[in-house]
Amino acid sequence: MTPSVLAGLVGAALVGLGLYGLISNPHPLRKLLAFNLVGSGVFLVFGIVARRGAAAGFAFDPVPQAMVITGIVVAFAASALAVALILRLAAASGKVTLDPRAWTKPGEGGQ
Amino acid sequence: MSVLAALDLGLALLVVGVAAWTVSARNLFAAVVGYVAYGLLLALVWVRLYAPDVALTEAAVGGGVTGVLLVTAGKRLDALASAEIGAPPGRGLKIFAGALAALVAGALAWVVLTLPSTPPSLAPAAAEAASGPGAGLGNPITAVLISYRSFDTMLEKVVLILAVLGVWSVGADAAWGRAPAPLRKPEPDGAMILLAQVLAPVGLLIGLHIFWVGADAPGGAFQGGALLAAMGMVAMMARLMAPPRIDSRKLRLALVAGPAVFLVVGVAGLMLAGHLFAYPQNFAKPLILFIEAFMVVSIAVALPMLVSGPPDGGAK
Repeated sequence: MTPSVLAGLVGAALVGLGLYGLISNPHPLRKLLAFNLVGSGVFLVFGIVARRGAAAGFAFDPVPQAMVITGIVVAFAASALAVALILRLAAASGKVTLDPRAWTKPGEGGQ
Repeated sequence: MSVLAALDLGLALLVVGVAAWTVSARNLFAAVVGYVAYGLLLALVWVRLYAPDVALTEAAVGGGVTGVLLVTAGKRLDALASAEIGAPPGRGLKIFAGALAALVAGALAWVVLTLPSTPPSLAPAAAEAASGPGAGLGNPITAVLISYRSFDTMLEKVVLILAVLGVWSVGADAAWGRAPAPLRKPEPDGAMILLAQVLAPVGLLIGLHIFWVGADAPGGAFQGGALLAAMGMVAMMARLMAPPRIDSRKLRLALVAGPAVFLVVGVAGLMLAGHLFAYPQNFAKPLILFIEAFMVVSIAVALPMLVSGPPDGGAK
């Protein structure tokens, strides 16, 4: 098994683990963390394409690698925005949850 | 099995194991610490895939800065004492989530194992761009980022600014224009201050070096900028530096400097080299370094502002 195929399988496993964590963890920050796992798994699978460009006579394919670098930075920016929204939600409502049922209990809406 | 293959397998198991830990850890702090370790391990995987530039970015941004972001967020969430955490999902939902995750991971693994044997690739075109007109850069990744796909890179800087605006706009109305809350509430102890005093100047130098060699070797504006940002955050944690007020003109100029210079040079390419984001033949490399220098400034300022969060109404 070549390193790139192995890394691709790791990427697939990371996507699976992240997806499970995203659904099953009730804490919003844990969900965000799990979502970042999904993201890096996707980057890794995508990176396999970069490695396979080597077959065309190059050490590596720089185009997908450059896109992954861009992707990592954008993923961080999105995470920071999500953190700001989660903290504001918690400060405004006193609840650290995204569960819709927590918001529909009588007498507990908003503020 | 050769030594390298055994190392690869061990690394793969370690990455998946640490990822499983971050998903299953009991508290948030443990999960975040796991995530930082995971980022560093993933960087090693990228090194094995002949992608040192991606490895540098993953280690700095994916592991380091995201770790600081989540630790800070966790501390701030704890400070909101009344916060009530939602109930964990029932067994049925967990089984469903597990089955769905297994299905998606299995499908992806199947795709990885059955990729077509002759890969479609843009490598020849990119190699031509890297060596042809408008570059003269030894590092093909930097050539792709600044020359071959320059418009993407410019827009990505705009995304960073939009994210900063988004974070700022989440703050309370009354707080607009003030500085974000400090990264650490309690007074830092001597060890933290010493670390910041010793590490920050060295890190600053390494960050600038990584940016400078990026034209010809692994490194570049992203990696160098992220390292400078990390040093800024270390200084902020030791309270040697306070987050700036968000209505500061210097801060705002630094934020837009990267994309603004990139855009101006790109549009100038229309007149000097014939089309948008083209660089004149003999002048390409200094021009690219010029753009990158401003991008480093923007990245180094944007990342700490994203971690610092919205302006704080409580601070006087």
